[in-house]
Amino acid sequence: MSTVATDTPGPQTLMVRPEDCPDFAAGAAILGTGGGGDPHIGMLMAQAALDKHGPADLVKLEDVPDDAVVLPIAMMGAPTVMVEKLASAEQFVESIRSIAKYLGVEPTHIACMEAGGVNSMIPMAAAAELGLPLIDADGMGRAFPELQMVLATLCGVQAAPMSISDEKGNSIVLETVSNKWAERLARTATVEMGCSTIVSLYAMTGAQVKNAFVPGTLSLCRELGACISYSRHHAGSAKDAVISRLGAVQIAEGKISDVERRTTSGFARGRAELTTAEGTVEIEFQNENLLVRRGGDVVATTPDLIIGLDTDTGEAVTTEQLRFGTRISLIVSPADERWHSAGGLELAGPRYFGYDTDPVRPVEFRR
Amino acid sequence: MRIGIDVGGTNTDAVALEGRTVLASVKQTTSEDVTTGIVQALKSLKAQHDFAPADVEAIMLGTTHFINALVEGRDLAPTAALRLGLPATASLPPMVGWPERLTTAARGKSYLAHGGHEFDGQEISPLRPDEIRGIAHDMEAAGTRSIAISSVFSPINDEFEESAAEIIRAELGSGVAVSLSHEIGRVGLLERENATIINAALRELADKIIGRLVEVIHAEGYSCPLFLSQNDGTLMDVEYARKYPVATFASGPTNSMRGAAITSGLETCAVVDVGGTTSDVGVLTNGFPREATTVVDVAGVRTNFRMPDVLSMGIGGGSIVHDGYVGPASVGYRLTSDALVFGGATVTATDIAVAAGLVDLGDASAVAHLDSGMVKAMVDQIGTRVADTVERMRTSSAPLPVVAVGGGSVILPKALPGLAEIHLPQNSGVANAIGAAIAQVSGEVDKVYSLATRSRSSVIDEAKAEATEKAIAAGASAENVEVVEFDEFPIPYLPGNATRIRAKAVGDLGIKEMAR
Repeated sequence: MSTVATDTPGPQTLMVRPEDCPDFAAGAAILGTGGGGDPHIGMLMAQAALDKHGPADLVKLEDVPDDAVVLPIAMMGAPTVMVEKLASAEQFVESIRSIAKYLGVEPTHIACMEAGGVNSMIPMAAAAELGLPLIDADGMGRAFPELQMVLATLCGVQAAPMSISDEKGNSIVLETVSNKWAERLARTATVEMGCSTIVSLYAMTGAQVKNAFVPGTLSLCRELGACISYSRHHAGSAKDAVISRLGAVQIAEGKISDVERRTTSGFARGRAELTTAEGTVEIEFQNENLLVRRGGDVVATTPDLIIGLDTDTGEAVTTEQLRFGTRISLIVSPADERWHSAGGLELAGPRYFGYDTDPVRPVEFRR
Repeated sequence: MRIGIDVGGTNTDAVALEGRTVLASVKQTTSEDVTTGIVQALKSLKAQHDFAPADVEAIMLGTTHFINALVEGRDLAPTAALRLGLPATASLPPMVGWPERLTTAARGKSYLAHGGHEFDGQEISPLRPDEIRGIAHDMEAAGTRSIAISSVFSPINDEFEESAAEIIRAELGSGVAVSLSHEIGRVGLLERENATIINAALRELADKIIGRLVEVIHAEGYSCPLFLSQNDGTLMDVEYARKYPVATFASGPTNSMRGAAITSGLETCAVVDVGGTTSDVGVLTNGFPREATTVVDVAGVRTNFRMPDVLSMGIGGGSIVHDGYVGPASVGYRLTSDALVFGGATVTATDIAVAAGLVDLGDASAVAHLDSGMVKAMVDQIGTRVADTVERMRTSSAPLPVVAVGGGSVILPKALPGLAEIHLPQNSGVANAIGAAIAQVSGEVDKVYSLATRSRSSVIDEAKAEATEKAIAAGASAENVEVVEFDEFPIPYLPGNATRIRAKAVGDLGIKEMAR
């Protein structure tokens, strides 16, 4: 066990050790809801940094002091580039350093904005490099494609000033009028810098983070990953354990019978068809899985987490890995309730992604 | 006529073919030393069907020797990896995450230098010749004899890998072997680099083994060219094989599948290759195995080789039947002494097949006491599990015929639940050697193109023409070379309408055109 027992009740510190990284990454792939970028490369970077600098502390959200200086960190760019032009040794430190210098602060904690996919792992690498504790929480409780799509936006926290650092040593600090503009300008700069950058954004106090984050999501990734590795050693499927840990419901199980992809305006959009005993089910994705139809009726949508699991192992199946013949258990896990507020739906509900429907939730989640 | 030889871990199979007719076929135990086994196989073929070495137009060889050497970590050259990309990529140096056993066996050294390109072909930083020279001398001092060079986005722009190789050869002489990543893998730096380092580590062994093979074949009086089977079921000449031993890694299952297509006459089918301990299930489309799209783990190292998409399952002729379950434990090569029908005391899948009347082998009275209900249940279980694996491999809803090959294929029922009848072609026991003998020649292109300034059709034509040229350069007959695979993947988040295009051209080996 990695929990450090203390004699007196007080802050509990967990550790992130190099050997934990595979479990973190397998769980992050599940919360990635089909997208979020391949956690593997992030896992290797986290492992390398933790090997070199020793384990990083993982601090519970409730134990973060109100006056803490929290700097979240993430990778931005095209997944194809992320696995080819890997980060330099200094990029994580550089991105934190440039924003801290601009703000005139000394960071006390590193944080994760996106628990799904590659960005669950990048903050671990940064925390190890900088020798700072990492907060066991994230800014959305899943993966979404644009940087304004975080609960902090609903809480009125500004993404900018934000820093963007490339591997060549260039850094930019942006000041913007809205988080949507931060997304637009950061995306443009990232393309010019070679399509893979490290960004530090949403600088917050401890009090703001406690208000704007989803607690426990990093250790949740580790637990989900541990379910998968346990089942692998016992030749079983982690599917039921994953469903139960997430409080999810299974809405379909069957074989992928058709996949159709197209790239429009930078998103890998597509549709997959699942043939089940109860008929055909369609999954619509734009990097992440966003909407499910059964017989023409919408049965699940973003912002809830629509996750495809490999029926035989319980491991996540990304939208890139979807192909004819894969046996998928399609599960829906409830998003943080704040995503179902009017503001949350405006940011990342089905209409934002171009689907003409109100959000639809499995009956188990309706109140 | 042609001769096909497949050297596996357990058996060496060989056939002599005239067109598609099998004139002679042999199966023998693989020798400790590959070359002796091959000479023995040639002699056995001749004993079966007399021919003059001058009648043989070509000898084709599939071998697992190189992948086995890697897995066992033996005979590896002292290897260094040079990656061009600084300041990028330093967070993960070459050979990160490799099993220590393997790094030690290859005496692996890693270097990072400036260079590399962006996704759109611009430089990350210029190459620094002095830096490369310094590294070359350091490698020399460390006793490096084989070098792997990788550069960021070299599949899009290979100039830095080529220039660095020239600089190194100028410093260290041509005696040092150089492997370049853009010739070996695709986008995905670590996996491509890993494949290149593995290739570099095997270069000396490839040189030695292939050199000896050519010698012994000549000594036996054969003056025809020798070819080796590649992972995709096509052939490479010996010069190419000396440079790219990694291209032989998956030739075993591929040759079995290609042989299944030829002996059954089915171009699109599922193939079940049943061995002693495991069965491999793959899918053929237009006579070629479908390739795996994911990373492939080789000896504990992640690579992105083009390997056939094969699912292995723990059922074979020697599988032990225990507690109402077949396998995964197996008596393996001891089948002929341990199985009931051969006078042993272990109930194997072969005994079940004999008891069920699927095959007549050994002493059938030795399985007469087996409960008929249990026998039926086990036959059904084998059928259900194999059918299930075939189902997982299907790529379309069209009905898919199933072809069974391999020494253990007698244990399969006559039909699989929910699938068409099983074809058991003639000579299915040596399908792998037939697959080797019949192989064609290919050329391939896998690049990222920008469609911002060019029309899609001109890019597609260019890719197809380049693949065709490469196939002809590899020995394909210009008369019947054609593009057999074409894929286009739009790349999300990249500007300039970037798209990755893969094209593969295949043609018959132009033996007549080869002046050797």
